[in-house]
Amino acid sequence: MMEQAIDIASWVLLISGSLIMIISAIGIIRLPDLFTRLHGAGLADTGGASLLLLGMALQTDFDLNTVKLGMIAIILYLTAPTASHAVAHSALIGGLSPENPEENQSTDEAGEQDGEKS
Amino acid sequence: MFDVATLLLVIAMALTLVRAVRGPTPYDRILAVNVHGTMTVLLIALAGFLTGRPDFLDLSLTYALLNFVGTLAALKFFKFGHLGEE
Repeated sequence: MMEQAIDIASWVLLISGSLIMIISAIGIIRLPDLFTRLHGAGLADTGGASLLLLGMALQTDFDLNTVKLGMIAIILYLTAPTASHAVAHSALIGGLSPENPEENQSTDEAGEQDGEKS
Repeated sequence: MFDVATLLLVIAMALTLVRAVRGPTPYDRILAVNVHGTMTVLLIALAGFLTGRPDFLDLSLTYALLNFVGTLAALKFFKFGHLGEE
């Protein structure tokens, strides 16, 4: 009885986490601007990772593997916001504007020109 | 249950690669590759549970750290044009 309840909870967590990952990927494809695509990326880093890791942790025997899953969660929680902030800051310095998304449709030369200037 | 989650995660990773190939600016590509790396960490962990070998969690931990360092290195290269050798 208890094992069935844990299995059902693990099912729900794993499937909903995977669906959040797919929603995040669709958001990264369809959103119009880099600063709105960061929203879709944050969804994968927080919601999807949390649900998937929790669903996997319910399937362990609460031994060393659970601790490893917790360490993966801590590392992801520390590094994903830092990476998102670095992407946004670097894009802001590199000339992308959050207020005029129409100007951001330039090709790959934007970053290279900025590299040459600085 | 792990096979269904792995299949859905592989589909999501393929969708992020579309943005990494298309994305008009380099920052879009870096963002897509960063999310792809996060999904790869979870895919390695899920593969470990799928094949009954939880040792894969060590690889997953290592990949999480490498993904972060790689993203920051690529961003620093785009921002300054070099990696700090001068």
